[in-house]
Amino acid sequence: MALLEKDSYEASGFQLSEATASDYLALLKPRVMSLVVFTAFVGMLAAPVPLNPMTAITAIISIAIGAGASGALNMWYDADIDAVMTRTSTRPIPAGKVKPGEALAFGLVLSALSVLTLGVFVNWIAGGLLAFTIFFYAVIYTMWLKRWTPQNIVIGGAAGSFPPMIGWAAATGNISLESVILFLIIFLWTPPHFWALALFKSGDYERAGIPMMPNVAGEESTRKQIFAYALLVAIVGVLPWYFGFASAAYGLVAVLLGAGFVWYSWQVLRMSPDDRKMKPAKALFGYSLLYLFGLFAAYLADSIVERAMTAAGA
Amino acid sequence: MAVDKLETITPTEAQLKARRNRNIAIGVALALFVILVYVASIVRLGPAILNRSM
Repeated sequence: MALLEKDSYEASGFQLSEATASDYLALLKPRVMSLVVFTAFVGMLAAPVPLNPMTAITAIISIAIGAGASGALNMWYDADIDAVMTRTSTRPIPAGKVKPGEALAFGLVLSALSVLTLGVFVNWIAGGLLAFTIFFYAVIYTMWLKRWTPQNIVIGGAAGSFPPMIGWAAATGNISLESVILFLIIFLWTPPHFWALALFKSGDYERAGIPMMPNVAGEESTRKQIFAYALLVAIVGVLPWYFGFASAAYGLVAVLLGAGFVWYSWQVLRMSPDDRKMKPAKALFGYSLLYLFGLFAAYLADSIVERAMTAAGA
Repeated sequence: MAVDKLETITPTEAQLKARRNRNIAIGVALALFVILVYVASIVRLGPAILNRSM
């Protein structure tokens, strides 16, 4: 039984929360978190150093929680626009399950805990990168870029590109060209991925007042930019093999996946302006997820084989 | 704050159920965090963890 002053709780609209643990879990954006964990894991395993399993587990948990915390901070700040977009209107805050202040506190506490845990138990280069990633996503992207410029997801995409670099830093304690290339792959992949979504969800973004590229520069310009970024990401995807960081098998997979990305983007480029179903854009959105997962899975397999061969030779 | 203005509110079934659900989740998360810190400390500091000069 809760003891409260009746006048004060009635005046403030106070009511006891009915939020469950799954509502708080939803604040962490579990699907985004799974991609973050996967790419961070690849970055960690790609590093040519011995890994202590417990340190690796601590790093992955910290990175996952840090990514989730930035998601909670994003949902706290964006609750107003989430409410008017079909894709996001069922999120815990617009759905009335979690109060904005609760999400803010949840995000801040998890941010601090994840950075401290990674810094103290793994290393402070990784901890510092995680802190910067959370800051970049929550403040630079969410609070500043998202509502201000159509380049929002181009620059903001850096936040989603850091996890493999954090994984690499967790393993090695430094930043190197290999991890910068992994960063670049995700960084260049983000615009075509989100603009494909923005093409067939442009009404949503317009209602919410978000200056996404199709709403600001038009669909034709967006389609051209998607194709340009697809070419770039296809090239950068092959660089790990070119620089000798990965095997020719990885190189072959990267070329094939990259060719697929360019082909799907070409279909979007050729899409008729009258096409309101936008099947090519939807197909590109789906393929882009497959591309990133496939490329990093190939890099992961390559790293595991490399480690096994090193262990066998030792 | 006058004592006679104090009122109590009785949570509904749904609120009690949600609170219990949250409490269990917090308990589990806290236990996992304690285990993580304990094991990570052992790994970080090694077997000499209890043999350090103050």
